[in-house]
Amino acid sequence: MQDLLYFSQQLINGLTIGSAYALIAIGYTMVYGIIGMINFAHGEIYMIGAYTALIAITGLTALGIAWLPLVLVVALVCAILVSSSMGWAVERVAYRPVRGRHRLIPLISAIGMSIFLQNYMHLAQGSRNVGFPILIEGGFNFGSDGAFQMSLSYMQITIFVTTLICMTVLSTFISRSRTGRACRAVSQDLGMANLLGIDTNRIISATFIIGAALAAVAGLLLGMYYGSVDPLFGFIAGLKAFTAAVLGGIGSIPGAMLGGLILGIAESMTSGYLSGEYKDVISFSLLILILLFKPTGLLGKPEVEKI
Amino acid sequence: MATSNVRHALFCAIVTIVISYPILGLNLEAEGINIVLTGTDATTIVAIACAALIVFLFQLFRDSVMGKLGAVSDLNPLTGRKPMEQDKRAKLESWVLTGLVVVALFWPFFSSRGAVDLATLVLIYVILALGLNVVVGLAGLLDLGYVAFYAVGAYTFALLSQYYGISFWMALPLGALLAGLFGLLLGFPVLRLRGDYLAIVTLGFGEIIRILLNNWTNVTGGPNGIGGIPDPTLFGMEFGRRVKEEGNTSFHETFGIAYSGEHKVIFLYLIALVLAIITALIIRRLMKMPVGRAWEALREDEIAARSLGLSRTAVKLSAFTIGAFFAGFAGTIFASKQGFISPESFVFLESAIILAIVVLGGMGSQIGVILAAIAVTILPELAREFSEYRMLIFGAAMVLMMIWRPQGLVPMRRLHITLKTQE
Repeated sequence: MQDLLYFSQQLINGLTIGSAYALIAIGYTMVYGIIGMINFAHGEIYMIGAYTALIAITGLTALGIAWLPLVLVVALVCAILVSSSMGWAVERVAYRPVRGRHRLIPLISAIGMSIFLQNYMHLAQGSRNVGFPILIEGGFNFGSDGAFQMSLSYMQITIFVTTLICMTVLSTFISRSRTGRACRAVSQDLGMANLLGIDTNRIISATFIIGAALAAVAGLLLGMYYGSVDPLFGFIAGLKAFTAAVLGGIGSIPGAMLGGLILGIAESMTSGYLSGEYKDVISFSLLILILLFKPTGLLGKPEVEKI
Repeated sequence: MATSNVRHALFCAIVTIVISYPILGLNLEAEGINIVLTGTDATTIVAIACAALIVFLFQLFRDSVMGKLGAVSDLNPLTGRKPMEQDKRAKLESWVLTGLVVVALFWPFFSSRGAVDLATLVLIYVILALGLNVVVGLAGLLDLGYVAFYAVGAYTFALLSQYYGISFWMALPLGALLAGLFGLLLGFPVLRLRGDYLAIVTLGFGEIIRILLNNWTNVTGGPNGIGGIPDPTLFGMEFGRRVKEEGNTSFHETFGIAYSGEHKVIFLYLIALVLAIITALIIRRLMKMPVGRAWEALREDEIAARSLGLSRTAVKLSAFTIGAFFAGFAGTIFASKQGFISPESFVFLESAIILAIVVLGGMGSQIGVILAAIAVTILPELAREFSEYRMLIFGAAMVLMMIWRPQGLVPMRRLHITLKTQE
C-alpha cells in the first residue's frame, strides 16, 4: 500500500510537470512543422511569460485586488499579451530575414536571440530568483496519518485542467478554424499553400503567436508551482520541452502532448526512486536515445530525403 | 502614404511598448519576504518612448530608408577594388603573420602581469575557437556542447595530477587524446543526425557532462572543484619560490636571477602561444588535405559528396574528433593556468561564447576566428563599465551577423589556383 501510494505520488508529480512541458513543446513542434527550424528562443518566451504574470500579480496585490479568479485571469492575459508580442517580434526581427537560407543560419540566429532575451531579463529584473506568491493552497491527502501520505494539491489540479482546456481549444482551432486549416496547409507544403493564396507570412506569424501564448500559460502555471522565477528559468525548461517535442515526433501536436507527459513521468520517477540530481541526465539521455533509435519520434511521420 | 503602412507602423510601435514597458518599466523588488513593484526612473520611460517612436518612423518610411541604405553600400570604396594577386597576397600574409608571431613572442617581457594573464586566456580561446571552427565552420556540424570536451581536457589533468601526480607535459597529450576519444565515442552514434538535431544532442551531452561533474562528488569534488593543479615545468625546473617535488630545481636558482612571480605567467603565456600556433598550423594543413576538402564538400552538399564516394560518417567523425582533441588541449592549459577548476567554468554559456567567436570571425576562416577571439575576450576587459551588457551584445551581434553578414567579419577565402591567361 505504501509503495503504491509513493508510486502514485510520483505519477501525479510527473503528470503535472509533463502537462506543462507539453504546453511549451507545442510551440516548438508547430514552428518546426511549418518552417523546419528549432525556435531556440522559445524557452525564453516562456520565461518572459512567467515574469510578466508575476509582475501583474504583484501589481494587482499592490492595488488591493485579491479576488483570486480575477488575479489569475488578469495575470494570464498580461502574460499571453507580452509573450505573444515577443514571439511575434522575435520572428519578425531574427527569423524572417534569414528564412530559407542554409539550415545553420536560422539556428544560430535563434541561439543569439535566446542569449539576448535571457540577458534582457537579467538586466531589467536582476539575476536573483524572485519568489512567486502562493495563490492556490491546499489539496487532498490520501493515506493514513503517520505513514506516507499521497497529496494532490489544488495547484496540480489547476495545472491539469488548464492544460486540458488549452489543448482542447488548440485542437479545435487547428482542425476547425480557417487559420487552423491554413496552418495545416502551410505545414504540409509551404510553396503550394502560397500558390493557393494563403498569406504564408501571416500564418507563420500566427504560429509563433500561438506557441508563445501557450508558453506564457505554462510560464504562469509552472511559476506558481515552483514558487520562483529567474532569468535562466526558461533555458532548461525549453530544452526539456524540446525533448518532449522530439520524443513525441516533432511537427505533430498530439505527439508533443504525449512526449511531454512521458518526459514528465520519467523525470519524476527518476527523482522519486534514484536522485533528483540526475533527472536532467535522464531526460537528455532519453532525447539522445530517441534520436538514435527512432528519429521521427513516437507519432512523427518519417521524413523522406529528396534529391 | 498608404494607410496599411501607417497601420503596420502603429502596430509595430505598440508591440515595442508592450514588450519593453512591463519588463523594463516595472521592477520586482524583494522587501523582506514580500515582493513589491516599483516604477523605474523617467529616463527608462523616455527611452522606451523613443524606441517606440523610432520603430514607428522606421516602419512608416521603411521602403525609402531601405532604398537609401542600398545606395549607400555602393559608395563603399572597397567594393570595386580589384583583388590582390594570389602569390603577392600569400607573400604579404606570411610576412604579416611572421611579424605578429615575433611581436607576440616578445611583448610579455615588457608588459604587465595582468595583461600577460589576459593574453593567455585569449590564446586559450583562440585554440578553442580554431577547434570549433573545424567542426562548425568547415564540416558544418553545429556543436553546442563543445565545452564538454574542454571540460574533459581540464578534468583529465586535474584528476590525474591529484591521484597519480602526473605533470603538465604528460597530461597535455593525454587530456587532448581523451577529449578526442570522447568526441569519437559521442560522434559515432550522433553524427547520423541532421544538423539541428545534432545541435540539440550535443547541447544535451554538454549538460550531462557538467551535471555528472557536479554530482560525482567523491571523485571530482562536485561543485567545490579541484584545486592545487600543478604549474608546468621547464625541463624539470619549477617556477615557484620553493621546489615542491623531489629532484626538481627551481627556475630562478638555475639561472641565478631573482625570483619573480612573473616568470610563471610569461612561461604559461609562451606555452599557450606555441600551442595556439601549432593548432593553427595543423588545422591549416588539414584544410588543404583531402580530408579538409571532404569536410567542406560534405558541408556544401551532402548528397553530392556522398555520391562521389565520400563516407559521411568517417568524414564527419574526423572533424568532430579533431575539434574535440583541440578542446582537450585548451582544457589542459586552462586547468594549469587557473590552478583550480570547477563545473562552473564549463557551462553552456562558454559553448555559446566560443560559437559566437566562430560566427563573428567568419565560419571557416582562420584569421577571422583568431581576430574574433582576441576581440571578444579583450573588449569586455577594456570596457568594464559595460561588462554587464557583454552577453546582451553577443546575442544581438549573433542575430545581426546572421542577417547581414552570415559569412562573418573576415570571410573564408577558398584555397584556389587561377590559371594565368595567355595573351
